[in-house]
Amino acid sequence: MEPAVLLIQLLNALQYGLLLFLVASGLTLIFGIMGIINLAHGSFYMIGAYMAFTLSSLTGSLAVAMVLGVVLSVLLGLFLEWALFSHLYRRDHLEQVLLTYGLILIFEELRSLIVGNDVHGVPVPEMFKASIALGETMTYPVYRLVMSGVCLLLAAGMYVLIQRTRLGMMIRAGASNREMVEVLGINVNLVFRLVFALGVALAAFAGMLAAPVSSVYPGMGQQVLIICFVVVVIGGIGSVWGALVAALLIGLVDTFGKVVAPEFAGVAVYLLMAVILLWRPEGLFRRA
Amino acid sequence: MLRRLALPVVALALVATFPLAGATFYTELVTKIMIMSIFALSLDLLVGYTGLVSFGHAAYFGVGAYTLAMLTPKAAAAGLWATLGAAVLVAAACAFVVGLFVLRTRGIYFIMVTLAFAQMFYFIFHDTKFGGGSDGRYINIKPDASIAGFVPFDLDRPLQAYYVVLAALVLVFLGLRLVLRSPLGRALQGIRANEQRMRSLGYPVFAYKLASFTLAGALAGLAGYLAAAQFGFVNPEILSWHQSGNVLLMVILGGSATPYGPIVGAFALTLLQEFFSSLTTHWQLWFGATIVLLVLFLPGGLGHLVRRVRRSLSGAGGDG
Repeated sequence: MEPAVLLIQLLNALQYGLLLFLVASGLTLIFGIMGIINLAHGSFYMIGAYMAFTLSSLTGSLAVAMVLGVVLSVLLGLFLEWALFSHLYRRDHLEQVLLTYGLILIFEELRSLIVGNDVHGVPVPEMFKASIALGETMTYPVYRLVMSGVCLLLAAGMYVLIQRTRLGMMIRAGASNREMVEVLGINVNLVFRLVFALGVALAAFAGMLAAPVSSVYPGMGQQVLIICFVVVVIGGIGSVWGALVAALLIGLVDTFGKVVAPEFAGVAVYLLMAVILLWRPEGLFRRA
Repeated sequence: MLRRLALPVVALALVATFPLAGATFYTELVTKIMIMSIFALSLDLLVGYTGLVSFGHAAYFGVGAYTLAMLTPKAAAAGLWATLGAAVLVAAACAFVVGLFVLRTRGIYFIMVTLAFAQMFYFIFHDTKFGGGSDGRYINIKPDASIAGFVPFDLDRPLQAYYVVLAALVLVFLGLRLVLRSPLGRALQGIRANEQRMRSLGYPVFAYKLASFTLAGALAGLAGYLAAAQFGFVNPEILSWHQSGNVLLMVILGGSATPYGPIVGAFALTLLQEFFSSLTTHWQLWFGATIVLLVLFLPGGLGHLVRRVRRSLSGAGGDG
């Protein structure tokens, strides 16, 4: 492989992996801290992408659409946690699977009612339309670099939030021993509600970021959801750091798999998961 | 004993005489529901009796269906008995291999990993030319059931297909009852109740789980085979995760770990879908909302509701 091609593929892998991380980190936090399996998490990604499409065509600016979209998705997260998920904490996984499966159907159908079933494109913002030359003939779009940069910033922000703030301390404590934290007088339910809203906002934001690159289409959420399950399984439930490593790993395997053996690229990621399961059934970074 | 048998016998008699009313559409609909009942029963062996929530059971259903499609020549009928055996064996073999991996995990992991493996099967059939790609494959001529010149039934006739599927359902149901009463079945239920205890009693827990997973896969393969034979068509959607979700819904809606629950669930869910889709094109909205409300307000499924109602009718009486 030529160096320039290799570099482009590496950048693509990085960008895809980081995007997966945004969705998967929320998923792993919700699993790890609340013990909830949320199949509808991919729908938040889809909702984000559709918000980017609708709001940016209404306001004419993707940046404005993103700010509005984040606010709306936080509100959506708070509402869903209050109305539905808070009733699921003490139920078994089976019921969580069912309820969130029902939610997927609702979200997809609402999407079809409101925006329709067409595939849409979202224009790249004027600022980032340029491409950078790589080598003599290759170029790389600036927007994709911006995406990766934003994702990295968010990852750093999450690290600070979880490791360095009081809220992060409560989150970590709530994950390891919920009852004890409650006894200490911390409002765990409030912490859970915030974490859930954060997860929804991250997934929706990933969808908004991705909208100009991948088109906006029905079913986009479910594809992302299942890959994010693989990320969480490889990384270890509840580990944000594990999600980052696993997401980057999957970005690499998927991107280079498509170059080497396009027909089997869809399967490669799952084979990777199978191998890691044999080696470490609890994922790479499972916390005790 | 008599009272316990009365309801199922009446139900069976109803199902057995139903197609004589003569509406082919409904005969075919109930055939489809009975195939889904077999599928749901096979999943309940895992979910209800072994305590393994598999979210990838459609993979084995699909493998069974694809086995028939790929063994059927373009312009001739395949032999039913040979292809049926092959479909069940291939599905069992796939479940066995996948089981080796997924049974190393538990809880939420198990749910996600079974889903991911099912998705792998989906991509194998969807992305490669191997099974006809995303277009799927037609089964132009239904399998031929003749044994040395004698033809016991003809799947091309809806009425005969109906009774063949009914017979398969009854056989699977009784077979599973037998398995659950056998030492194997008792051990599985022991594992569901307390895996640690079974392990300390010296049971090879992993081997038992693997046996259960393989058997459930084989029966799902049987259901898939029947479905492919009925529709004359397979495509990757039959092993998509919607299919896995649907069958899980049937088990839960009907009540898992109850003998008739999965069958009740298959009927209820399919009829519910038919009902909603006849009302509006956006039926999934109402269907999804129904699921959400059922989970919130009716934990345990319809089977448990029936039981609860029956119990309150007969005072503090027995367990139906």
